[in-house]
Amino acid sequence: MSIQQLNFRNIQIALFIGLAAIFFSCTNENNVLNDDGKQGETEDLETDFKVFKAKQIFFALPSPIETAMILKKAGAQYNEDFLNKLDNVNKYTTSKQMALNLGVYSADLSYASLYDQNQTSIKYMAASKKLADKLGILSAIDQSIINRLENNVNNRDSIMDIISETFMNSNSYLKDNQRTQIAAIILAGGWIEGLYLSTQLVKTTKNNKDLITRIIDQKLSLTTLINMLENENKVPNEDITSILKDINEIKLIFDQVKVNSSNIEPVGSKDDKVTKLSVKTEMIYKKEDIDRLIVKVENFRTSVIK
Amino acid sequence: MKKYFQFLLILSALSVIPFWGNAQCKNFAKKAKIDLLPFIHDGIYNATVLSEGETAELYKTFYSGQQYRIAVVAEETMPKVEFKVMDSKRKVLYSNKEKGFAKTWDFTLESSQQLIIAIQVQTVETLIDEIAKGCVTVLVGFMNEEDKIQK
Repeated sequence: MSIQQLNFRNIQIALFIGLAAIFFSCTNENNVLNDDGKQGETEDLETDFKVFKAKQIFFALPSPIETAMILKKAGAQYNEDFLNKLDNVNKYTTSKQMALNLGVYSADLSYASLYDQNQTSIKYMAASKKLADKLGILSAIDQSIINRLENNVNNRDSIMDIISETFMNSNSYLKDNQRTQIAAIILAGGWIEGLYLSTQLVKTTKNNKDLITRIIDQKLSLTTLINMLENENKVPNEDITSILKDINEIKLIFDQVKVNSSNIEPVGSKDDKVTKLSVKTEMIYKKEDIDRLIVKVENFRTSVIK
Repeated sequence: MKKYFQFLLILSALSVIPFWGNAQCKNFAKKAKIDLLPFIHDGIYNATVLSEGETAELYKTFYSGQQYRIAVVAEETMPKVEFKVMDSKRKVLYSNKEKGFAKTWDFTLESSQQLIIAIQVQTVETLIDEIAKGCVTVLVGFMNEEDKIQK
């Protein structure tokens, strides 16, 4: 085949790809259908939200940095003994172990950083990088991020921003590359570590009422976690199935705790800048429920990090 | 053999086409974080390509004692985007349509709740051949109250 023929063939290929791209974008533009199969028209938004099926549903779990912030506000102290040991990082070889523990280390990193444990934060960021690299999450945590962390050790806002950025890099990379199951397992790992830290801190904190409230609050995000995992398990995945089994055992204990809430009423501030959502909540639980939860979460977390 | 490789080339090129939009959304979402400032982004990536009239929903637990900012940002070429915040019974607590399609909303909660953020790209009233389509991202940020007090 001559060079001219090759060039012509390449042009043909490029044209074909271009036409295919146009075809794909057109079909995507036309996929908004009402329940009756007709293309969508908007008249009244109240109705539209009922008529239209949302094109995309996001289940957003509390991120590790948010969980750490909540714990600190509830009066938790820093205790390094609760963190997953750094030496363990080399033990994780399966994608399930690596993903779960990337979530665990992210939560530990967030917890340490909020208590200004700068050297520990850098070490946990390095452990997270190791697992992210092994999972093929390219450039989620590169050396420049670790350097930025080292250069900003005295600025907590910057540190939180860097951690938040690495978390977004990981989950956006995985979602964009259709690896949403791994993304969900990482989030599950972060969630279980957050719950583990709270339940351990309850044992070592004298005035632990606020911490117990925060633990019971996780009943809400547990629903989101289960929905997210079940959604990802529509294409059955044995790793997610096994995680769901443990999470559902935790749910059984949470089911014993009753949370009653009044209607939520928005109340505007004087300057109309911040709305307060006024709502009263009553939590009904027995001490034994919390004790059972502590044990269950500890066992599950032990199986995750071993 | 050459034909086989050409076929593979075409196939691999086609396979990435549906993801182009999403990959673009990642960079768009990163830039949109500026709308959250001075709140700290929670690090969760919620972005997708939507056309006019399409909707998306986000389910999230929000905690008492935190001040939050929700930012719903769409590409400049897109029509306006309405976002509503609803409780678990879908009672509307906030709609940005009543606030001139504001991109952000700041709030606190008396007790922790699961809320739904429902977004819908508005339709363009003028008749044009091309349907508007682009990235829309929902970002959640929280205030680092401790540092705010120290400062």
